[in-house]
Amino acid sequence: MRWLAKLRMRVTMLFARGRAAAALDEELRFHIEQQIAEYRAAGMSDQDARYSALRLFGNPALLRDQARATWSWSSVEILLRDLRLGVRGLVRAPGFALIAILVMALGIGANVALFTVVRSVILKPLPFKDPGSLVMLYEHGSPENDPAAAYYVVAGGIYAEWKKLNHSFSSMALIQESDVGLAGSGGQLSEKLTALHCTWDLMTTLGVQPALGRDFNAADDSRSANGTVLLSWSLWKRRFAADPAIVNRTIYIDAKPYTVIGVMPAWFAFPDARTELWTPVYHDEPAAFMAMLDTHAFLAVGRLKPGVNAEQATADLSVISRRLHDAHADNPFINKRATSRPLLEHMVGDIEKPLYVLLAATGCVLLIACLNVANLLVARAAGRRREMAIRTALGGGWLRLLRERLTESFLLAAAGGAAGLLLAYGAVAWLVSVRKDMSRVEGIHIDAVVIAFTVGVIALCALFSGLISAFSAKDKQVFLTLHESSRSAGSGPSKATLRKVLLILEVGLTVVLLTGAGLLLKSYDRLRSTDVGCITSNVLTMQLGLPGARYKTPGPGPVNFFDELLRRVRALPGVEAAGLVDVVPGGGYEGDSSFTILEHPALPKGEGLDAMNRAADARYFAAMGIPILRGRTFNENLRLDKANEMLITDSFVKQYFPGEEPLGKHLRTNGRDYVIVGVAADTRFEIGEPPRPMKYFPMANGEMNYATLVLRSSQDVEQIALPVQRVMQSMDRDIGVSDVLTMNQLLGKSMLDESFNTTMLAGFAGLSLLLAAVGLFGVLSYIAAQRTGEIGIRIALGAQRQQVLRLMLLDGLRPALFGLALGLAASVATARLIRTMLYGTKPLDPLVFASVSALLLLVAAVACLVPAWRASRLDPMQALRME
Amino acid sequence: MGKPNDLVQGTLDLLILKTVAPEPMHGWAIAKRIQQVSGEVLQVQQGSLYPALHRLEQQGWIKAKWAESETGRQARFYSLTAPGRKQLAAETANWNRLSAAINLVMAEA
Repeated sequence: MRWLAKLRMRVTMLFARGRAAAALDEELRFHIEQQIAEYRAAGMSDQDARYSALRLFGNPALLRDQARATWSWSSVEILLRDLRLGVRGLVRAPGFALIAILVMALGIGANVALFTVVRSVILKPLPFKDPGSLVMLYEHGSPENDPAAAYYVVAGGIYAEWKKLNHSFSSMALIQESDVGLAGSGGQLSEKLTALHCTWDLMTTLGVQPALGRDFNAADDSRSANGTVLLSWSLWKRRFAADPAIVNRTIYIDAKPYTVIGVMPAWFAFPDARTELWTPVYHDEPAAFMAMLDTHAFLAVGRLKPGVNAEQATADLSVISRRLHDAHADNPFINKRATSRPLLEHMVGDIEKPLYVLLAATGCVLLIACLNVANLLVARAAGRRREMAIRTALGGGWLRLLRERLTESFLLAAAGGAAGLLLAYGAVAWLVSVRKDMSRVEGIHIDAVVIAFTVGVIALCALFSGLISAFSAKDKQVFLTLHESSRSAGSGPSKATLRKVLLILEVGLTVVLLTGAGLLLKSYDRLRSTDVGCITSNVLTMQLGLPGARYKTPGPGPVNFFDELLRRVRALPGVEAAGLVDVVPGGGYEGDSSFTILEHPALPKGEGLDAMNRAADARYFAAMGIPILRGRTFNENLRLDKANEMLITDSFVKQYFPGEEPLGKHLRTNGRDYVIVGVAADTRFEIGEPPRPMKYFPMANGEMNYATLVLRSSQDVEQIALPVQRVMQSMDRDIGVSDVLTMNQLLGKSMLDESFNTTMLAGFAGLSLLLAAVGLFGVLSYIAAQRTGEIGIRIALGAQRQQVLRLMLLDGLRPALFGLALGLAASVATARLIRTMLYGTKPLDPLVFASVSALLLLVAAVACLVPAWRASRLDPMQALRME
Repeated sequence: MGKPNDLVQGTLDLLILKTVAPEPMHGWAIAKRIQQVSGEVLQVQQGSLYPALHRLEQQGWIKAKWAESETGRQARFYSLTAPGRKQLAAETANWNRLSAAINLVMAEA
């Protein structure tokens, strides 16, 4: 039972350590007394016996330590002692400890937060079954060789043929996002939601089962079937109080009845977290529309058969597309080939690069933080050189002293890391709340892997900053150090070489961050100051959708409603002008259609003209301040079938009527003929994109039952939102109103990505600038303190104050200058990397580079000025006496 | 040339086990006994004795107990445990084999 005895021993040694120590002391005392007794018995005097016994015994403290070293847990004991020593040392220098911990916390916190985001959004596989074999399918638009046209939407007819004829996919589903109105029930208001029309096999393709109820089946997915709908978990909880009896209940979507067949699991978000309803697409859309080969309105998601790769599968689909294209050679809008990319890439492709750039930036911040802490530790070590030398002389092992240093830097990093983790927790929560639009944002949270990452970062920081400071100390020159009398007038500037090198690196990294932030800032400014082509201040927009069952299109229902709405709204006090449009400037591409110009000769087979579509009422242009360059706006008296007037834009004229009078010409599009009555100025459909040719249909043609109401006011435009909504509710309770935003808010929302990235990077750059300044200040203060005696002598011998000031300033500014040069060189490379994130800004923008240099030098000068000035004000008598 | 009392670590362990085998003994007595029995050749230094005693105790070969010494003072008496007895037998056999082998080599030369 030896293991039992050993275990008992271990437990005793763990819990009765104090008693064991007392016993050891007693045992050793007994030994000495025994020896004394023996000597006395041999005839020695009391005193001689005592001295001899003690001499024979040796160093009792050492002996005690050696005996203790054999006890179990002694390594733990030593570690605890080191920690205690470390904590005590840090508590004795609270200013140093606090600054170091804060610096580490900021660096680690920023990194952990960004890592959490990158991991959750980009690195984690999608939560679907075998996500690696899921691909998103697209058509390659024209021109064939334009990479920007590679991922176009898919026509329903093309999808049907793909699905029927392919050999590469085990299943394939079609999806289409749309905004729908959910009718109010049981005292709840109607609301507008994001829904996904999908083929019945979407969930099986993804490999997901509803948490409640059943999935769609093939019979649900047809025009003749009853409406069926799957709810998101959050909608079910929010709107239906998580009532399990929801299954088989009927809800009204766009005023049409749908039976709830199931609720999706809480974690399920497809294509993003905003989607709250899924309905069968062949039920919702007319069969003719679903069969069209040239009207691109969908996306397709496919699951590859085992053993088939995406390339082979895409080639397979391209063969089918090509055959359809060739069979309808007269239709130029049937695409020739298919493209694909992994589903994950489709979902996060746009945010991948900015996220990695931000992660790299936080990496730089952390490196700067570590350099700063290393710098502080070096300064601390320099202040303790004599102590260290004495300990080395007394036999302190090199390893022992190194371990003590590392313990100190480990303590700093651990405290900083703990604070950083809290910081990251807050940052992630904040980010999730402000970036609801980011895909996969719902899955971002701190988990075990992130904690492990934090621990790793802490260890790395501790080693990095600890080792730098450990190797800076010249332990081997013990004799020299001890010998160095208090007259250290000879200690020159070389003492701080290592710290200066660290500073150069720090400044260099800061310059890189500053340049990156500067470029993004300029690009963002360019973006923000783009003229979208209309009035943006004091304009309120709100989207409204009319329930399709009661406002059939094409038909008079929507037109009458819109007319009455505009009449009432324009009569409201405070409203200066009001208009209707389907999509406001900056609201996105939305749609286009092909057309022919009746007055022009017919085009050769396989060629066609195409322009973006907008629909507006007659007074929209005046309300938004969009100038009519030629002709006039729509005639308000022409309605429904008679509404055959059309406006085109400036760039439309330039492209399709060069050197020609467009007014009075006729366009045939969507099966109707329109006469051009006016030319409006260009507006941008998206900030950062050049305007494209656009044609305006009259809203009065009755083909639309949704619109964006735009209102201009001289007073605070947000105050008229409520009266306008009240007017609408009084006309029809089922009108879904959403996105009540001022034009500026709407444009700000569309620039959210850019403003977010810019703010973050600018924040990180500012942080590192601050750290670099602190570093410069610290190093120069240290040098100044070290050279107090020397400066005192200089001044006593007649050196001018200005000379001393210049001397010290130069000493501090030199590393800043080296760092600046290094940083500028590195910036040239990094600027190229972020080129694709820039708008209207060259990567080597001289203004940005010049301002960064100026800012850095200014900050460096200010940081150096204080210690330099203090040095120049030294009282020589006091300085010399202080030694 | 090392001092005569420069004992190989394992050897000191063996000597301690052997010494405390007949009866419990305190540290000072163990050192004295080894010195006497070896004819004053082996001098156990305190610097090695106490770490060795504590190590053996941690290993579970010996156990310690407070008892009154011959002078009437409380002292820490070490005695062999059952596993210690087995260990002593094994170590003794080992030592015999080793010393016999060394003797053979020495006789040959």
